[in-house]
Amino acid sequence: MQLIRNPRDFYAGLLFVAFGIAALVIGQSYPVGTASRMGPGYFPRVLGILLVGLGAFQSLLGMRGRGGVPLEWHWRPLFILLASVALFILLTSSLGLIVATLVLVFVASAASAEFRWREALIAGAVQGMAAAALFVYALGLPLPVWPPFFGG
Amino acid sequence: MELLDNLLLGFSIAVTPVNLLYAFVGCVIGTLIGVLPGLGPVATIAMLLPITYGLEPVTALIMLAGIYYGASYGGSTTAILVNLPGEMSSVITVLDGHQMAKQGRAGAALCVAALGSFLAGTIATMVIAAFAPPLAELALKFDAAEYFSLMVLGLISAIALAHGSVLKAILMTILGLLLGMVGTDVNSGVTRFTFDRPELIDGIGFVAMTMGLFAFAEIAVNLERTAGPGIVADRISSLWITWQEFKQSFPAALRGTAVGSILGILPGGGATLSSFASYTLEKKLAKDPSRFGRGAIEGVAGPESANNAGAQISFVPMLTLGIPSNAVMALMVGALIIHDIQPGPQIMTKTPELFWGLIASMWVGNAILVILNLPLIGLWVKLLSVPYRILYPLILLCCAIGAFSANNNMFDVWVAIGFGFLGYIFLKLGCEPAPLLLGYILGPMLEENLRRALVLSRGDYTVFFTRPISATMLLMALGLLILMIMPAIRAKRETVFQES
Repeated sequence: MQLIRNPRDFYAGLLFVAFGIAALVIGQSYPVGTASRMGPGYFPRVLGILLVGLGAFQSLLGMRGRGGVPLEWHWRPLFILLASVALFILLTSSLGLIVATLVLVFVASAASAEFRWREALIAGAVQGMAAAALFVYALGLPLPVWPPFFGG
Repeated sequence: MELLDNLLLGFSIAVTPVNLLYAFVGCVIGTLIGVLPGLGPVATIAMLLPITYGLEPVTALIMLAGIYYGASYGGSTTAILVNLPGEMSSVITVLDGHQMAKQGRAGAALCVAALGSFLAGTIATMVIAAFAPPLAELALKFDAAEYFSLMVLGLISAIALAHGSVLKAILMTILGLLLGMVGTDVNSGVTRFTFDRPELIDGIGFVAMTMGLFAFAEIAVNLERTAGPGIVADRISSLWITWQEFKQSFPAALRGTAVGSILGILPGGGATLSSFASYTLEKKLAKDPSRFGRGAIEGVAGPESANNAGAQISFVPMLTLGIPSNAVMALMVGALIIHDIQPGPQIMTKTPELFWGLIASMWVGNAILVILNLPLIGLWVKLLSVPYRILYPLILLCCAIGAFSANNNMFDVWVAIGFGFLGYIFLKLGCEPAPLLLGYILGPMLEENLRRALVLSRGDYTVFFTRPISATMLLMALGLLILMIMPAIRAKRETVFQES
């Protein structure tokens, strides 16, 4: 017999239990106080306990629940997207907004099954210019536009 | 008449050139993101929030509001022409709207959607003008205990009205409350859950969190579908409706407006829920329910009116009680707080021009939207032919820059990445992110009022039940909880949400 009948519910429960435990562990040093003089630790502790309790209940339901849909993870597009943003953060300070935007758009485009590298390059370049014009020159965001060795 | 004076004051503010311009900009952006599937008002408003810092508060709010109700106009265009909801609020319009388009009645469907929305917007403006002042007056009697109970009621009804599993919605809300605790505790000055990062002393960046949960995660899920949405923009022959169609759709639009006005005020309500409820109602009332799903014009008129009415009415609890009823309103609260305006009952007396200006601008915005959506429909249809593979990197870029600009800090962009990862897992596990956001916003207020109420009562928990208004609200919350757990209601609730 299958132990976990509804994996969505089961793992969701586990996730909340984990959050609850994390809250309780990190929050254990905050003074709890009393009901009439609640300390900063009181409310988080209540929430942590609720998360652990209800999360465990959710997992139990997932073990005996019905109508479970099998979970399908597609990590590749997600990781490419998040990596493109991480690169954007790292590159903006060193190489400027235009290069960073180009990289973000190009890398992010690769997450799609319909990726066309030439198109992505052009789109990235255009958006880099537009981003610099709009966000830095027009709206005044404090971001470098050009790489430092361009003298900009 | 006071009401008339107030509305006049409002209109005098709404039609100043600056405000008119920003209402227009908001409506255009709203329609744009409404038409485009995969970018919702929550992410857009979060993205544009930093841009509004430099504006007058009323102007900022007028623009952001335009985005919200504009999205529900634009969403219907995509729903009708492409068989794909441009927006959550137009999910239900797809059913009959696209069938009408297939039968060559796309023009009629678009016309009914736009005019129905306009009718709803006009009536909703009146409803707000009439009901907001007494509500604010009531709210002035509120003390910490009442605020606490009201927020509990708000959170519980948001859970009741959330899509999908009740337990998961409860868990997401609690997690949201917990995330709201991050940062400095106002009462004791102790910093909580900050991991010694100075960037977290003021709490987790709201914009960054929203971007991650709503935009990043959503894009990742969209990319899993191998085939992109095929665009089947039918030729639109005429944008008029026949007398017969008018007779069918007018009462449906009125009923939709009523449904939206009632549900919009509920926490967790707003545009999406109103449209679902209206569709169910129309189907129940129809002499021949089998027409629904095959191009019934009531199935477009009702929900489209309801979602617009719901979107506008959901401003009432936010403006009068300071309690946001959905994620968009939570962002509006954020926008007000940035401008040092505390949303709540004082808003109407302290800054009447803000309150009435915003209300009046809604009607102005609706008029702009009818013009944008009917004669200019061809423009939006063209937009639909931009492929998603071009669009989503652009959305991603705007989100990254938007998250940065909230505090001019790259740390927030890392936060967005973290929440994007988490958001993807939530979506996969069937956990709606909206209750989390609501919990996050209400968390600090809930805690503060709970603590204050208990300090005032010297630790006596009965204070919540001995004060009549507070007791009533807690009883209502309890009633809702019991209703949700009852099996018969639960089954019914599930069928309502499954009709999408």
